[in-house]
Amino acid sequence: MEHPINKRDLVNKTDMNIVIVGHVDHGKSTVIGRLLADTDSLPLGKLEQVKETCRRNSKPFEYAFLLDALKDEQSQGITIDAARCFFQTEQRNYIIIDAPGHIEFLKNMITGAARAEAALLVIDASEGVRENSKRHGYMLSMLGIKQICVLVNKMDLVNYNERPFRKIEREYRRFLRKIDLEAAGFIPVSAAEGENITNHSEKMQWYKGKNVLEMLDSFKKEELPEDKPFRMPVQDVYKFTKNNDQRRIIAGTIESGRLSVGDEVVFYPSGKRTKVKTIEAFNSEMPKTLSAGWACGFTVTEQIYVKRGEIACLAEEPKPKVTGRVLVNLFWLGKKPFVKDKTYILKLGTARVGVQLESINSVLDASSLDRVKKDYIERYEVAECILSMDRHIAFDLMTDNAATSRFVIVDEYEISGGGIIMQDLEDHTSWVRDKVLMRNYKWIGSDISAETRAAKYNQKAALVLVTGEKGSPRKEIARTLEKQLFDDGRLVYYLGIGSLLYGVDADIVSGDIVPFNRKEHIRRLTEVSHIMLEAGMILIVSAIELNQEDLDVIYTGIPPERILTVWVGKGDNTDLPAAIKLSGSEDIESSVEIIKELMTKQGILSYNGNSRGF
Amino acid sequence: MNHLDKLENRSVHILREAYANFRNLCMLWSIGKDSTVLLWLARKAFFGHVPFPLIHIDTHYKIPEMVEYRDRLALEWKLDMIYGENREALDKKQTYPDGNATRIECCKKLKTEALVNTLSGKWPRYRLNHEKGIYEIDSNTEPFTGVIVGVRADEEGSRSKERYFSPRDKNSDWDIGDQPPEFWGQYKTDFAPNTHIRIHPLLDWTELDIWEYIKREKIPTVSLYYNKGDGKRYRSLGCWPCTFPVESDARNVDEIIAELKTGKFSNIAERSGRAQDKEDGGGLEELRRGGYM
Repeated sequence: MEHPINKRDLVNKTDMNIVIVGHVDHGKSTVIGRLLADTDSLPLGKLEQVKETCRRNSKPFEYAFLLDALKDEQSQGITIDAARCFFQTEQRNYIIIDAPGHIEFLKNMITGAARAEAALLVIDASEGVRENSKRHGYMLSMLGIKQICVLVNKMDLVNYNERPFRKIEREYRRFLRKIDLEAAGFIPVSAAEGENITNHSEKMQWYKGKNVLEMLDSFKKEELPEDKPFRMPVQDVYKFTKNNDQRRIIAGTIESGRLSVGDEVVFYPSGKRTKVKTIEAFNSEMPKTLSAGWACGFTVTEQIYVKRGEIACLAEEPKPKVTGRVLVNLFWLGKKPFVKDKTYILKLGTARVGVQLESINSVLDASSLDRVKKDYIERYEVAECILSMDRHIAFDLMTDNAATSRFVIVDEYEISGGGIIMQDLEDHTSWVRDKVLMRNYKWIGSDISAETRAAKYNQKAALVLVTGEKGSPRKEIARTLEKQLFDDGRLVYYLGIGSLLYGVDADIVSGDIVPFNRKEHIRRLTEVSHIMLEAGMILIVSAIELNQEDLDVIYTGIPPERILTVWVGKGDNTDLPAAIKLSGSEDIESSVEIIKELMTKQGILSYNGNSRGF
Repeated sequence: MNHLDKLENRSVHILREAYANFRNLCMLWSIGKDSTVLLWLARKAFFGHVPFPLIHIDTHYKIPEMVEYRDRLALEWKLDMIYGENREALDKKQTYPDGNATRIECCKKLKTEALVNTLSGKWPRYRLNHEKGIYEIDSNTEPFTGVIVGVRADEEGSRSKERYFSPRDKNSDWDIGDQPPEFWGQYKTDFAPNTHIRIHPLLDWTELDIWEYIKREKIPTVSLYYNKGDGKRYRSLGCWPCTFPVESDARNVDEIIAELKTGKFSNIAERSGRAQDKEDGGGLEELRRGGYM
């Protein structure tokens, strides 16, 4: 006799992940138990063994018991996590993810559903549409799962009558329409009795449609988005100089589109541009082209400074959006509500940035779809709101490219929410960012790379901003720092911000300094500094009372990790997040010593080829 | 992309996320087929390099061939190899083979405790000196905060509940009822002081996938997995007093794949030759909650 195979047939068939969701006790586990049993996918003797256990405990046998692999589940009687099991039809191999129906475990349901390509949503025929029937439907729509079939289960409890089935179908279809979902079908089933799961029920001859197995086989395999614009969130830039490997490899997984050797790539948000030299590989030939789904790594012709968090795109394809303010739809899972005036972390692709809740347009009860106006978002609620980030990032809109429009929010170490970007909005540095993007895009590169310069000067290019209150010794500190670094053999330059006014700023300064365009003044300082940093220099700038807004402009033009900020002044009357705060009453020498110490610690005063900074 | 490509690329992505997010990262290498595939995937992810140490917990009851194979590959592939052990339990003979502990107690001492204390840096770590070819006590005692492990969801019940990035508290305990959500390729990479994260890049692989991949990539494996003429082979490797071979004629990778495809083992757990599992009610959950792999 041939053994039944509960694993996948790798040779001939494709795989599909499906998730089974629905309100608690509506029969998800029974549906799975039945699917496994009726497709001969259980290990030999398993069914008999479970039946025997039930008999010994004088407990009626249920198909759901087949899934109770865990002690936890058995003692609580509920599925607490998305467990996986396998079965196959003649057409393909299925991996079923059983998602818990209890609301407390919504995050587990989401974890399970996010891995699925299609979903079966189970509704109890006798209980009808319940809170989590709707909530789970809504979550499937947020997660981007488009192929859904509704199983109206426990038809045996309503004597296999058509009327209760049609009533549930009408009600739930109306709900799905409101959230832009169309179910592939509604099937009346009894998982306990095995009706319409893998057979065509004799007891419900009024139903002429597909049974569950046929429905699954009719689902389409989801295609990877190869035809969308190329997007590859940069995971890292590798340079493993050990064993004399000189390659500098930009690594990441391709979310959409394709990449070929020779392509012109642009990284966002920086807007930097170069060409693909090679696509690297280990233990196989180096590919000439790769597409969505591949974990990729490539080298480039012109060495530019790129870092984790940027998205690699192609110059000839539509650009992603770049901003720090967005309109989003999000769902909240955190124990504590999502509130204003608190900084969270937003993760999108490989980007990671501080984020605040700016305003809420509406909060939606995911089961009733009622809109309420409130100023915080509680656990299990869904909201349309505006988020404001500490720094701009690159992304796409949901309607253009789903994969690069999705983000999560971290609150105190935990992923506490997820969302989709619906619209990019202007932020207070949009005006300068557009210029910086164009500058980087049009930048005429040198044949000497930043790394080569760093190695030659044994230092990393950096901007040291010494700012502080009027009357504080910021200039003295800056000049002494320059002198000492110069004497140590560093390539260093001191620039007082006032030196820009009558040359670089001539056209925006009219005779008297006031009134003049301060923002533009800071932008020009940033551009001048950028050139000096490109030259590999350590630039020390002194300026009076820079504030957070000025710093945001500077950060837009120069990567924040290249900038070291020093505040000199009494008291704490500044909003500036300075790396070093000096009171100004210390003697100059020890102030300089403190700055040099931090520069050393941050690796500015040395160059190590293995550094991730390049 | 075929099935193996998909698995490979997802695992590579996870490994790179781990490397980018954890400063003190290591990978557990049990010398078995799964963690050896994992090691191979790391070489793929980092283009021939393995930029973090490999940790092996040596119970000193491993089948000798396993340790020989470990050191051979470590030298050949220039791996940063570290091993840890429970010296005290071994010296005091608090083990199952010595007759002073049950299988489960022995596992807890020689594996779980040794692992937890090697990861935390409380007990000595022995690091391979490639120039001398010997192991020396490592001066670095910083705790590892990211630990890459080669468990697969299909191995047994509790492993099917794991996340790709799965937190462990300060006692290395796993709160199976309250795990982080994981979706859209975003993982739990933030963690409180004194806790750590276990990273599971092989979660979606099956036993058959592993062997298909070993074949495709020509990955060297320990010969214990093959029948050498006595009609027996190991399907899962562990300590010799508690690991038993299965009846099998399979002499090489191709024959193992053919054997798995017949469904011969479909009703026999892969770890059925591992005696400690049975004492733990078949679920391994008791052991795993305490930090077992």
